[in-house]
Amino acid sequence: MSTTTPVKDPAALASWATEQKAQQDSGAPILIRVSMGTCGIAAKTGSVLEVLQSEVQSQQKEGQIEIVQTGCMGLCHSEPTIEVYDRQTRQSIFYGNVKPEHAPAIVREESSQAYGVDILTQNWYRPEEEKADVATAQARIVLRNTGRINPESIGDYVGTAGYTALAKAITSMQPDEVIQTVIDAGLRGRGGGGFPTGVKWQFAANQPAGEKFVICNADEGDPGAFMDRAVLEGDPHAVLEAMAISGYAIGAAKGVIYIRAEYPLAIERLQCAIGQALEYGLLGDNILGSGFDFDIEIKYGAGAFVCGEETALIHSIEGLRGEPIYKPPFPAVEGLWKRPTIVNNVETLANICAIVRQGPEWFRSIGTEKCPGTKVFALAGKVKRVGLVEVPMGTTLRDIVFGVGQGIANDRAFKAVQTGGPSGGCLKSDDLDTPIDYESLRALGSMMGSGGMIVMDEDDCMVNVAKFFLEFTLDESCGRCTPCRVGNKRLHEMLVKVCEGKADMRTLEKLRQLSDVIKETSLCGLGQTSPNPVLSTLRQFRREYLDHVLNHMCTAGVCSALISYEINDRCVGCTLCARNCPVSCIDGSPKELHTIDKELCIKCGVCQQVCKFHAVDKH
Amino acid sequence: MKVIDTVAGRHSGSRADSGLLEALHGLQAEHGYVPRQEAMALSRRLSVPLARIFEVLTFYSYFRLEEPGRITLSVCDGTSCHLQEGPVLLNALQELLGIKPGEATADGAYQLNVVRCLGCCSCSPVLMVDDKVYSHVEPTDLPRIMKKHPPIVNKESNDDAHSTA
Repeated sequence: MSTTTPVKDPAALASWATEQKAQQDSGAPILIRVSMGTCGIAAKTGSVLEVLQSEVQSQQKEGQIEIVQTGCMGLCHSEPTIEVYDRQTRQSIFYGNVKPEHAPAIVREESSQAYGVDILTQNWYRPEEEKADVATAQARIVLRNTGRINPESIGDYVGTAGYTALAKAITSMQPDEVIQTVIDAGLRGRGGGGFPTGVKWQFAANQPAGEKFVICNADEGDPGAFMDRAVLEGDPHAVLEAMAISGYAIGAAKGVIYIRAEYPLAIERLQCAIGQALEYGLLGDNILGSGFDFDIEIKYGAGAFVCGEETALIHSIEGLRGEPIYKPPFPAVEGLWKRPTIVNNVETLANICAIVRQGPEWFRSIGTEKCPGTKVFALAGKVKRVGLVEVPMGTTLRDIVFGVGQGIANDRAFKAVQTGGPSGGCLKSDDLDTPIDYESLRALGSMMGSGGMIVMDEDDCMVNVAKFFLEFTLDESCGRCTPCRVGNKRLHEMLVKVCEGKADMRTLEKLRQLSDVIKETSLCGLGQTSPNPVLSTLRQFRREYLDHVLNHMCTAGVCSALISYEINDRCVGCTLCARNCPVSCIDGSPKELHTIDKELCIKCGVCQQVCKFHAVDKH
Repeated sequence: MKVIDTVAGRHSGSRADSGLLEALHGLQAEHGYVPRQEAMALSRRLSVPLARIFEVLTFYSYFRLEEPGRITLSVCDGTSCHLQEGPVLLNALQELLGIKPGEATADGAYQLNVVRCLGCCSCSPVLMVDDKVYSHVEPTDLPRIMKKHPPIVNKESNDDAHSTA
């Protein structure tokens, strides 16, 4: 659409979409998508983009090649990633780990580095070896546009049926029909709780009419989780549209996005998207001539993990300390400014438009009976292919870790998968074939959480992992209730003792007992789940705890109090280790065997890293 | 004072407090931290007791009460980096600079921070210098990286907290 007049009605939106689609199909024959999410930018995608643009100019291919910046494609292991899409054949070729010097050949279309990628499994293949239709292989709902459209173009979004779900809801459905659709679809909160989204909406809708609020929780704070960021950076309009739909459903005219201040790019793209939606009348007053008004405001978080909890988040928006309070009353009854409020996570909202557009039966056909739909995971840790993965609920861990993730890097042995971040637990190889959903993970002592999935290998010490997550909880506990504030502190002290080899069997028993008390008596979800990493590792990896306690041994070689470094006779006396030792505890003349003073050694491991002769052993 | 004025203008009445965090974000973006003088001015302008402002300031880890070093070194300690030699990197950096996380060097040149997750889990361990991310950093890479970020003498170059790469 060339003018920026507001879109008056659904018919105008439909004709704009047709126009956009035609424009997209009739554009330059080759479309190059450059993945410009935070991770892509960190991998220097910007310089690749610059060279691509200047090469298109210098090779005079402006008419043949169009370059578009997209959000994250989910292929973190191969950033910078670019996709070369042929509009005529509708085939894509992906290039991974692209360097600026590859750009000229890519623009000349003669690079031999081309790989295809199956978006569903994220497996790369050489196009001549194996053919898979990239365009149809994907079953993405949440990430359907992420990495494919330009997040800063509302036209791109409209061209992919954007805002048609909102148009359908506000012009042809009653609010209770919208709610019933979401209930029928069986969508459950993707932030980790798994509460049925439609039911939450129903609670708020049942409250007497008046001022109500819709909040999008974008305070993604789990270490190792970046699903929401990818959606916000790659497809911000999908979240805005879903918020407007939920506003219509519960009778709210105002939405608030509560987002981490640490996500500057996501904030920028949201601001840009809100501005465009207002300009085209897809937010604001009288949307599409329906009489429905909806505004969205952005509020910044300030680095408090507990603000992921609904009541704490609401306090933070009100300008208070982000401390949770006892529920009930639930926010759906008494939330922001004491008005009925629903709080939905980004990923939950990203499902809404597709559900309204394609119906609950379609949504139910994906995933499992109890958990329809998909789940996005941020797959990281010791896997070969770190990335953003969207799989149907009920997929097994094995398919994710060994299928999508391609197994463990550096030929090490698999040890565990950690899900649910600081609230979750670790799963062993016995659990790999369990189809995952909210219930099955809980039964295994872990939880879905927001979707961080960290793979661990034989070099990871599970006691240390439990300690790591507890350190996180300690930092983030708001201090309001005693079990969480003091209990976790004591729990952490006991774990430190275990890691230092100073604990006895009674400590292990106390660990378990105190964990149970904290779980039962804490005020909010943070405290109620904080001992999970301890309990799950205690149960699943008891032998490692026993090794620390009884044998004063850390088999993974992580706990520094239980390891020592020694120089073996492969040492040629090059002095490299002595020169790099930060505490100068390595002795020896050139060309002579060196020795480490174990009293002074701080076990930083630098000597082992710098040694070129494998002469430093860790015990 | 511009930040305070715009925020105060937009938030009034019974919901005026909701502007507090926004104003504090603004102050930190402007100064790199929230100076006590500015917090006092904010207290007068919004008619919010100073104690209330500090109650909020000290709750959120994002806000700083002291002037940070001019170049910020952030070591990622997210799960992925923690398992992949992130702590080794942090140790080495502490030794190199002679400071602990959260501190600035005596000359105010460098600030050392630990951050929870930068979301670049495929690049572990990660070090971020101001807004530039370095991937797969080993202690032996540090001298080379530090050379690329020599101490800044003039004070004007403090980074805007909301700047993007």
